[in-house]
Amino acid sequence: MTSITIDSESSAPQGGRVLSRSQIFWSKFYRHKLAVVSLGFILFLYAIVLIAEFVAPYDPFQRHTDHLLAPPTAITFFDADGDFHLRPFVHALKNELNRETFQREYMVDTSVRYKISLFVEGEPYNLFGFIPMDTHFFGVEGDGKIFLAGTDTLGRDLFSRMLFGARTSLFVGLFGLAIGFGLGLFFGGISGYFGGAVDNFVQRLTEFLQSLPTLPLWMALAALVPPHWTPIQVYFGISTILAVVGWTTLARVVRGKLLSLREEDYVMAAKVSGVSEAKIITNHLLPGFMSYLIVHLTLAVPQMILGEVALSFLGLGLRPPAVSLGTLLIDSQNIQTLVFSPWLLVPGGLIIIIVIAFSFLGDGLRDAADPYRS
Amino acid sequence: MLSYTVRRLGYMIVNLTLISIVCFYIINLPPGSFIETYSTQLDAAGSPASQAQLDYLTARYGLDQPLYVQYWNWIVPLVTQGDFGYSFEWQQPVWTLLADRLWLTIIFSIVSMVFVYAVSIPVALYSATHQYSFGDYSVNLLGVIGLAVPNFLLALLLLVGSAKFFGVTPTGLYSPQYMNAPWSWDKFVDLLIHLPVPVVVVGLAGTAATIRILRSQLLDEFQKQYVITARAKGVPERRLLMKYPFRVALNPIISTAGHLLPEIVSGSTIVAIVLGLPTIGPLLLRSIIAQDTYVAASSLMMLGVLTVVGVVMSDILLTILDPRVRMNRTN
Repeated sequence: MTSITIDSESSAPQGGRVLSRSQIFWSKFYRHKLAVVSLGFILFLYAIVLIAEFVAPYDPFQRHTDHLLAPPTAITFFDADGDFHLRPFVHALKNELNRETFQREYMVDTSVRYKISLFVEGEPYNLFGFIPMDTHFFGVEGDGKIFLAGTDTLGRDLFSRMLFGARTSLFVGLFGLAIGFGLGLFFGGISGYFGGAVDNFVQRLTEFLQSLPTLPLWMALAALVPPHWTPIQVYFGISTILAVVGWTTLARVVRGKLLSLREEDYVMAAKVSGVSEAKIITNHLLPGFMSYLIVHLTLAVPQMILGEVALSFLGLGLRPPAVSLGTLLIDSQNIQTLVFSPWLLVPGGLIIIIVIAFSFLGDGLRDAADPYRS
Repeated sequence: MLSYTVRRLGYMIVNLTLISIVCFYIINLPPGSFIETYSTQLDAAGSPASQAQLDYLTARYGLDQPLYVQYWNWIVPLVTQGDFGYSFEWQQPVWTLLADRLWLTIIFSIVSMVFVYAVSIPVALYSATHQYSFGDYSVNLLGVIGLAVPNFLLALLLLVGSAKFFGVTPTGLYSPQYMNAPWSWDKFVDLLIHLPVPVVVVGLAGTAATIRILRSQLLDEFQKQYVITARAKGVPERRLLMKYPFRVALNPIISTAGHLLPEIVSGSTIVAIVLGLPTIGPLLLRSIIAQDTYVAASSLMMLGVLTVVGVVMSDILLTILDPRVRMNRTN
C-alpha cells in the first residue's frame, strides 16, 4: 500500500518535479540491469573493433608456420616450481611428434617463461588507416607467442582474426540495417500515409516476402554477387541482400504505428488547433514511434549478423581472405579438424554473446519505451 | 467461411505463381550459365569442348532464348505434366532428384513443428503458473540461449561432442545400408531413430520463441477479471487454467504457425547442409554454386510452396477454431 501513497505524492501537480520524456525513458531503462550491461558491452565491443589493429597482438594474416592449429595459450602466475610471479607469463610451445600415435602434438615447455606486457612493440600498422603505429595493447616479450584463442589451420592467431572479423560482421549488420531501415520506412510510410490501393499492394508484397523462407532466398540472391568483385564490393552487396529480404518487419511496424497514431486524440487536437502538417509529424508523430523504431532496429541487428554468418559459413557470403565471424567458422566445417581443435568454434561463442547482448538491449529499450509499463 | 476459404486459396495461387516467377528470375540473374561453367570444367580437365558442342547444348536447353521464353518453357510442362526440367549437372530429370528430398523435407518440417508444440506448450504452462520460481528462471535462461545460438553452430557442437564422447558423427537420416534401399518398414524405423537430433537442433529456436509468446499470453490472461471471478467461485485451479486462459492463449500460437513454418524450413536448410541430411537444402546449395538452373529454381520454389501452403492451411485452421476470427473474416 505504501507504494501507492508515494506514487500519488510524486505525481501531485504542485511543487513536484516534472520529468522530461527522455528522463523517464532512461530511468526506466537503468532499472533493467541486464540491458544496461548489454549496452555497455556492445559499446565496448564497437570501440574495440574500431581499434582492432591496436588491440590485436598480431596481424590477422600473419602466419605463424611453426604454430599451426596451436591450442589457446595458457596464462599463469605460477612457474614450474610453484613460485608466484606478480606479472603473468606464458610458457613456450614445442611441436613434437608423439612416438606412440605418430601425430604432431604441442607440448608446453615449462622451462621457458615469457612475461606478458602491455603496450609492446610489434608489427607496424596504420590505426584508422592513416596513423602509423607499431605499439600493440598487449603481447609477450622476446620470442614468445600468445594466442588467446589458439591458431587456425594456417597458423594465424584466432583472437586477432576474431577482432577483425567482429569488425566486419558488426558493421555489415549496421550497414544492412541502414538500407533495410530506409526501405522499411519508405514502404511502411507510403503504406500508412496513402492507404487504399498503395497500402493493399505493399501489404501483399510484405506478406509475400514474409511467407518465403529467408535463408534459401538469401542463398539464391547471394549467388548474384559476381566472383570478381573486390571484398569491399562483396561486403556492400551482401549487406544489401540481407536488407532487401529483411525490411518487411520494419515496414509493418512503421505502417501500424502510423495508422494508429493518426487516429489518436492528441493528433486530432493538434490539427484542430491549427498546427501545421510538418509540425504534427515532427513534434507529435515522430516522437510517438521513434522509440518503437529504435527497439525494432536493435532487435534487427543480430538477425543481420546471423544472416551474414550463415551465408559466409556456406561459402556464399563474404569469401576469404575477407575476415568476418562467418568466414572464421568455415574452418570448423571439417569435423575431423574440429574434434582435435575445438577452439576453432570460439568465434561462434562471440556470435552468441553478441546476439544475446543485442536481444537484452532490445528488451530493455522496449520496456523503457512502453508508456503503459511501470 | 466458404467464401473466405475460396478467397484464401485464390490468393495462394497468385502467390505460387509469383513465387515461381521470382525463383526463376533470381536463379537466372547471375551472369554466366551452366554451359560456361561446364566448358571451363572441361578446359581444366584438359579436353576442351568444341564450339559446336557448346552451341548444341545451348540450343538444346534453350539458353539462347529470352528469359520469359525460358520461364514459359519451364513452367508449362511443370504445371501440366509435373515435369520440372532437366539437370545439367546430374544429367537426370529434376523430379527424380527432388522427389525423395521433397518428401523428407515435408516429413522433417512437420515433425519439427510437432516437436516445437509438444515441448513448448507444457513448458510454458509450467513456467506461467510458477512465475519467478527457479524453474521459470531456468526456462527463461534456456529460452534466451535457444534464441541466440545459431542452429548450425548447435549442430556443429553436437557433431563434435558425439565424435569426442561416442566416436560417431550422427550425420544423415539413414544408416548406410538403407541409403539407396527401397522403402521398407526397417528403413522407416531407421529414419525414426535418426530424426531426433536434427529435429531438436532445428526446433530449438522456434520452441524458445513459442514458450515466450505463450507464457506472456498466459500471464496477461491470469490478470483478467473472468479468471478472478472463476477463482472466487471456487473453480479448481487446474480446471480453471485449462478451461479459460489456456484456450485464449492458444490463439496466438496457431496464428504464429504461419511464421514458424518458414522459420523451420529456413533453419533446416543450413542444418541439413551441416548434418548432411538428404533434404532439399543441400541440393539447393550445390545447384546454386553449379548454376544448375532448373534444379536450383525448382528447389527454391518447392521450399517457397511448402511454406505458402502451410501458412494458408494454418490460416484456414485458425478460422475454423476461433469464432471471433471467423466472424471478422467472413464479414
